[in-house]
Formats: sequence, C-alpha cells, structure tokens
Amino acid sequence: MIAVRGLKKKLAGQEILCGIDLTVAKGETLVIIGRSGGGKSVLLKHLVGLMHPDAGEIWIDGENIIGLSERKLAAIRRKVGILFQGGALFDSMTVEENIAFPLREAGERNPKTIREKVNEMLEVIELEGEQKKMPVNLSGGMKKRVGLARSIIRRPSCILYDEPTAGLDPVVSDSINRLIRRLQERFRVTSIVVTHDMKSAFHIADHIAYLHQGGIYFYGTPQELEISPDPLLQDFLLGRSER
Amino acid sequence: MFARFLTLLGTPVVSFFTYVGEVVVLASETFASIVAQKIRWRLFLHQIVEIGLRSQLVVMITGAFTGAVFAAQTFFQFNKLGMGSAVGAVVSVSVCRELGPVLTALMVTGRVGASMSAEIGTMKVTEQIDALRALAVHPIDYLVVPRTLAMMLSMPLLVAECIGIGIAAGYFVAIFLLDVNGTYYVANMVRWTQMRDIIMGLSKAFCFALLIVFISCHKGLTSREGAVGVGKATTEAVVDSSLAVLIFNFFLTMALNVIFPAGYQ
Repeated sequence: MIAVRGLKKKLAGQEILCGIDLTVAKGETLVIIGRSGGGKSVLLKHLVGLMHPDAGEIWIDGENIIGLSERKLAAIRRKVGILFQGGALFDSMTVEENIAFPLREAGERNPKTIREKVNEMLEVIELEGEQKKMPVNLSGGMKKRVGLARSIIRRPSCILYDEPTAGLDPVVSDSINRLIRRLQERFRVTSIVVTHDMKSAFHIADHIAYLHQGGIYFYGTPQELEISPDPLLQDFLLGRSER
Repeated sequence: MFARFLTLLGTPVVSFFTYVGEVVVLASETFASIVAQKIRWRLFLHQIVEIGLRSQLVVMITGAFTGAVFAAQTFFQFNKLGMGSAVGAVVSVSVCRELGPVLTALMVTGRVGASMSAEIGTMKVTEQIDALRALAVHPIDYLVVPRTLAMMLSMPLLVAECIGIGIAAGYFVAIFLLDVNGTYYVANMVRWTQMRDIIMGLSKAFCFALLIVFISCHKGLTSREGAVGVGKATTEAVVDSSLAVLIFNFFLTMALNVIFPAGYQ
C-alpha cells in the first residue's frame, strides 16, 4: 500500500530525514514514535505530498508520488485521509459543513444524502447533536474528532494521524484510541499514526517504528519493542531523561 | 569589498524580481484555473457581497467628499478668472479619469486587500490550506479564483459608483453652496466629459482589481510564523497594493491616453 524509499529532507540547513525506508501493508497500522522535533510530522506530510523531499521515493498503491504536480496529486489524496495535529478545521464553517466539505467538493449535491452521511460520521465520532457548532466552540478533542470525520467521510483506503492524542486528557485520549481502533475494524483502512503517547501506541499498533536522528532506529511489533533491551528505547518507553 | 557591495545591492533586486515573478505565476495559475477548472459560484457570490456590497459605504463617502472638496477648491481658483461654470467639467473629467479609480482602489485595498491577506494568511498558519490540499482541493481554485472574479466584477462597478457620487457631490456644492449657474455648469460638464473618460476610469478599475487581488492573495498564501507573520503579511499587502496602484496608475494614464486622448475633440 505505502512504501518509502531513501527519503531525505533538510529544513533550514538541518537534516531532518536522512534516508527513511518504510513499508506499510494494506490494512496494517504502523505507529511512528520518536522524540519531539525528530521529523515524524515532516515524514507524515511527505506521504500526502504536502512537503517535497530532497531525495527518495514514496509509493502509494504502486504509484510514485514524487514529482507529481499538485493537480495530479489530487487523485492520490482522495485515497489518503490525514488528521492534522490541531484538527485544521475550516473556522468559517460549522461542524456539519466541515464534515460535508469533501462530499460537496466531490460533486454531491443531494442535501438528504449529505445529511445522512454527516449523521453517520457524527455517530462514528460520538458527536451527535453538535453539527451546528462552530470550531471555535469545540474542545481540542472534539476538533480532532471532527477533523477525523472529515478525513474519513469519503472512505479513504489509508488514514494518517498526526499526534491524535496530543494535549488531550487521558479519558479523551482513550476515546480517540478506541475510535481509531473502531475505524480499523469497521472500514479496514491502512493507518499510520505519529504519536508520543506510548499507551496509545501499544493500544493501536500492529507495528511500531522509532524515528531517531532522521532514520528508523527500530521497527517491530509492540511486543518486540516492550522487551527490547536497547537503552535508548527503554528510556523513551519509560520517559527517562537521564541515566 | 566589491563583492560585498554587489551582494548588498543585488539581494534586494533579486528579492524584488522573485516577488514579482511569484505574483505573476499566481496570476497565470489563477487564469488557467478559471479556464480549465470548475468555478465555485457560491464562493464567488459570497465574495461579491464581501467586496462589492460591504464596500458601499466607504466608496460612497470617498466619492462624495472627494467630489465636494474638489469642486470647492476648483471654484476658489477658477472664480478669480470668472470661470466658475467650468468647475463641472474639471470635476467630472478628473473624477472619471483619476480620482474615482485611484481613490476607490486605495479604499478597497485597505478594506478588502487587508481582509483577503489576513484571512488566507490565518488559514495558512493554522494548516487549513494544508487541509484543503490534503482533501484534494487546490487552494487557487478554492481561495483565489472566487476572489479574483469578484474583484474583476466589483471594482468597475464601485468605481462607476464613486464617479457618479463624486460628480453629484461636486454639483451640489457648486450649485447650492457656491452659487454657480447650474445651466452653464451642466452644459460645460456634458461638453467636456466624453465616453472615453468613463471607459478610461473603468479600465483602470479593472487593472487595479487584478493588482490588489493578486498581491493580497500572494501575501496571504506565503505568510509564515503565526500571528506575527499574518500581521506582517496584511501590512505588506496593503502597502504593496497601494504603491502598485499609484505606480501603475501613472503608466496606465500614459498608455490609455494614447487610446482615449483627453480633452474636447
């Protein structure tokens, strides 16, 4: 489904990604963990063509997206939904309009069909009855859930999550984790999740990749990560800053 | 030393041409989108309301007081020569050819250009533009095209309104406050004001509309660094658009005067 080969990126003279290689199979959930500023979000944005690498290839469903124009990337982006860190809701639109946006842009004009699909999404994200609210009146967790509903309403075959639980209290974080799991089970989507939240990572991952100094330092199952004797991984798992 | 001097001199020149190039590329992509992509008519109508309808008061006040003060000043000078009735012609031709388009453009820059830049800039720094792109919607199709079309339609109408109100205000001041003979005032005005003066004013309005919309949208789309960046982009959009209007006005005047020569012929 998704393959990354030798991806390199420099930002402001600093090497952020130094030859990343990754493969994510169809229906699999890969969690990318790593220290803050390690390039996780940069990597995620490359996967939908929001950033352009200095070198490397990104293959999505057998097509290399590097070098494609913004208009040609549109076809790829219809297959890949992304949940931004802050939700990135359109602040001039209500919750309902935000969720319906991809449908309207795809040419759907029937108000009944749009309403039904929006209601279905509101049920999935457990925000029934909130459709008339503006983004400014939503909490951080609600914004993320609405952002997620907007990403999945057109049933993409892959969803990318950028820090889905960052800044949320444990209860809301748990509801987001359950939501991600539910989406995997219900729609069988391929997922890539960038997070610092180890509880979340262990809850949703099929595989975990640890990004360190611009490269993949560890790749394996959650169980393999948990029993790894590597001091760097153990420090990260236990949240130790000094030895 | 010499290399440093050249760098010092060359950097702003290169930056300027890069900036102009980016605005031209944005303009060309916008026109390509207008021709080849679907137009979002609902957004276009929304922008017509924002640009055309919500600028009414500003344009009316600008036109009225410009026409009024220009009529008064012209009368104070011309009356000494016994040419008080020529005020109508001077006010009318000046408002049609220069004052109407330029002052309307400057007011629209302050009101609409700033708002466009701030709105798009805020969308940029809050990842809303990335969200548009991720949802397979091109930001130019969604944000720039409706604003461009609305400006292309609204600006000539706003300038026509400003011209009409300016002339009416000049008439009111000259006839009712300064006691100029109304018949001669109107006769001179009609004799010296030609259709080409109006066409020149509306042509300028169209060109200014494009300058304002592309400079303001470009500033918004390239804004960075959070609230500070958006504030900077907004200020630059207003300053750059105003300067562009004033500079282009000179060249437009010289070029359009060849096509629409001034004066009674």
